[in-house]
Amino acid sequence: MRVSFTVNGRPQEADDVWEGESLLYVLRERLGLPGSKNACEQGECGSCTVRLDGVPVCSCLVAAGQAEGREVVTVEGLAEYAKERACTTGACGTSLDEARRWAAKGTDSQTGEGVELSPVQQAFIDAGAVQCGFCTPGLLVAADEMLERNRNPTDADIREALSGNLCRCTGYEKIMDAVRLAAARQSEGV
Amino acid sequence: MDFLRPATWEEALAAKAEHPTAVPIAGGTDVMVEINFDHRRPEYLMDLNRIGELHEWETEDDSVRLGASVPYSKIMERLRTELPGLALASHTVASPQIRNRGGVGGNLGTASPAGDAHPALLAAGAEVEVASVRGTRLIPIDDFYTGVKRNALAPDELIRAVRVKKADGPQQYAKVGTRNAMVIAVCAFGLALHPETRTVRTGIGSAAPTPVRARAAEEFLNAALEEGGFWDNGRIITPSLARQFAELCAAACNPIDDVRGTATYRRHAVGVLARRTLTWTWESYRGSARTSKGAA
Ligand SMILES: Cc1cc2nc3c(=O)[nH]c(=O)nc-3n(C[C@H](O)[C@H](O)[C@H](O)COP(=O)(O)OP(=O)(O)OC[C@H]3O[C@@H](n4cnc5c(N)ncnc54)[C@H](O)[C@@H]3O)c2cc1C
Ligand code: FES
Ligand code: FES
Repeated sequence: MRVSFTVNGRPQEADDVWEGESLLYVLRERLGLPGSKNACEQGECGSCTVRLDGVPVCSCLVAAGQAEGREVVTVEGLAEYAKERACTTGACGTSLDEARRWAAKGTDSQTGEGVELSPVQQAFIDAGAVQCGFCTPGLLVAADEMLERNRNPTDADIREALSGNLCRCTGYEKIMDAVRLAAARQSEGV
Repeated sequence: MDFLRPATWEEALAAKAEHPTAVPIAGGTDVMVEINFDHRRPEYLMDLNRIGELHEWETEDDSVRLGASVPYSKIMERLRTELPGLALASHTVASPQIRNRGGVGGNLGTASPAGDAHPALLAAGAEVEVASVRGTRLIPIDDFYTGVKRNALAPDELIRAVRVKKADGPQQYAKVGTRNAMVIAVCAFGLALHPETRTVRTGIGSAAPTPVRARAAEEFLNAALEEGGFWDNGRIITPSLARQFAELCAAACNPIDDVRGTATYRRHAVGVLARRTLTWTWESYRGSARTSKGAA
C-alpha cells in the first residue's frame, strides 16, 4: 500500500509498504532517514522515538498505515523544529554577529553534517552525553519534547520523561547533565 | 494482509462484521510487538486511530464513559479526581512513549492477567461497553475476563468505552516490579473504598489466570467495618483486621512460578500490598471525614 504523511515538514510518500510494517521501518528503509534507531522493536528501549502529531511515541510500535496524513518529526528534523518553536515564542531572528559569521555550508540531510544543531543536541555534545550514540536520537527527541512542555524541569521530571529510553553506555549521569544544561540555557535564552 | 481504515465508528463495526478475524489496532503497543516478532500475521489489520470518539471521554452523573483509545497519559493527567485508582495504575504502565499510545481498550482487548488497568477497574466497579452491528451491550467487569488472555467479546464486537463509577472515596493501586519504569507487574493490587455503599472492592493482577477480585476478603472486611461502626466513627483499622484482610487477599490468588517471581512470593506480596493499600486509603478516608466534620 501507499502511505503519505509529513516528515520534518515535508510531504513524503512511501510505496509498496507492507500492511504490517512499522513507521520506524518506513522511515529508515524507505525514506532514507536512519536517525531513528532500531534496537528492540518492542517498545522497550525508546531509541526509535519520534513525534507523531507532536506526541513522543515509539515508531517501532506504530503501524505505517496509522501515520497516513499525520505529521512526524524525527531526530533529523529536530534542529529545524526547535528553531521554529523558538520563532513562535518570539526568540528567533538572526543576530548581527550570527549574520556576519554566516557562510554557505554543504548540508547532508542524512548524516546531519553541516546542519545547525538544536539546543538539546548541542547540550548533549557539550556535556559529553554521547558514547556509542545508539540511544542518542531517541533521547534527544524525548528530551526536547519535555523541554518544550516544562521549561524548568526538576531532576525527577527529567528522569520520568526519559524513563522510556535505555542507554547501555553512559550510566545516564552525563545525559542528566546534558538535559539540565539545555534547560538552563533555555531559561537564560541562550 | 489488508489494512482497513474505517473513518467512523459505524464503518468500523461494519468492517468487523464483514471480517470477524480482523485484528483491531489502537495504540499498537501489544499488536505491533506481535507483528514485529512474527507471532501474529492477521489477514486484516483494522486501524482505530481515525475514530475520534474513541479518544474522548464524557463525565456523567456518577460515572465516566472513557473512550477505548484514550491514552494512559491523558487518564493520568485529566482523570485523577474522577478515577484515582485507574490514574495511578496508568502511571505505572511502561514509559511515557507507551502511555502516549496505549489505552484501556487495548488492555482489555489483550486481557493479560498482568494488565494494569484491570485491578483498578475491578476495584472501582466498571462496565465494558461493547458494540457490533447487532447492537450495544454492557459487560460487567466481573464477567469480562474469561481465561488467560481471553475476554467476553464476540468475534464481531469492538470495545467502544468503559464506564467506570466516579470515585466516592479514596482509591489506591500498588504494583511489585523490579524497578519503577517499564515493568510488567510481578503482582499488583487495586483497592477502592466506597463510602456511599459502605463497601470495599479489590482487584488483583498477575496472581491468577485472569485478573480477579478478592471476594472473601471484601466480604470479611465489609462485615467487620459495619459491625465496628468504622464508617461512622472513623476509627483506625486494627492490625489484626488488616492482617486477616491481607491473608484472605493472598488466599484469593492462584499464581504460577515464572521468570518474574514464584507463586509463593506472589501470594505473599499480594498480602503485603493489600495491607498497605487498605491502610493508605483508610487513613485518607479518616482524614477527609475529620476535615468535613471540622468544617461543618
Ligand atoms: C515496552 C512495553 C511495556 C508495557 N508495559 C505494560 C505495563 O506496565 N502494564 C500494562 O498493563 N501493559 C503494558 N504493556 C502492554 C500494552 O501497552 C497495554 O496492554 C496497552 O493497554 C495496550 O493498548 P493499545 O492501545 O496499545 O493496544 P493495541 O496493541 O492496539 O491492541 C491490543 C489488543 O486489543 C485489541 N483492541 C484494541 N482496541 C480495541 C477495541 N476498541 N475493541 C476491541 N479490541 C481492541 C487489539 O486487537 C489487540 O488484540 C506494555 C507494552 C510494551 C510494548
Ligand atoms: S526500537 Fe522501538 S522501542 Fe526499541
Ligand atoms: S551512548 Fe551507547 S547506548 Fe547510550
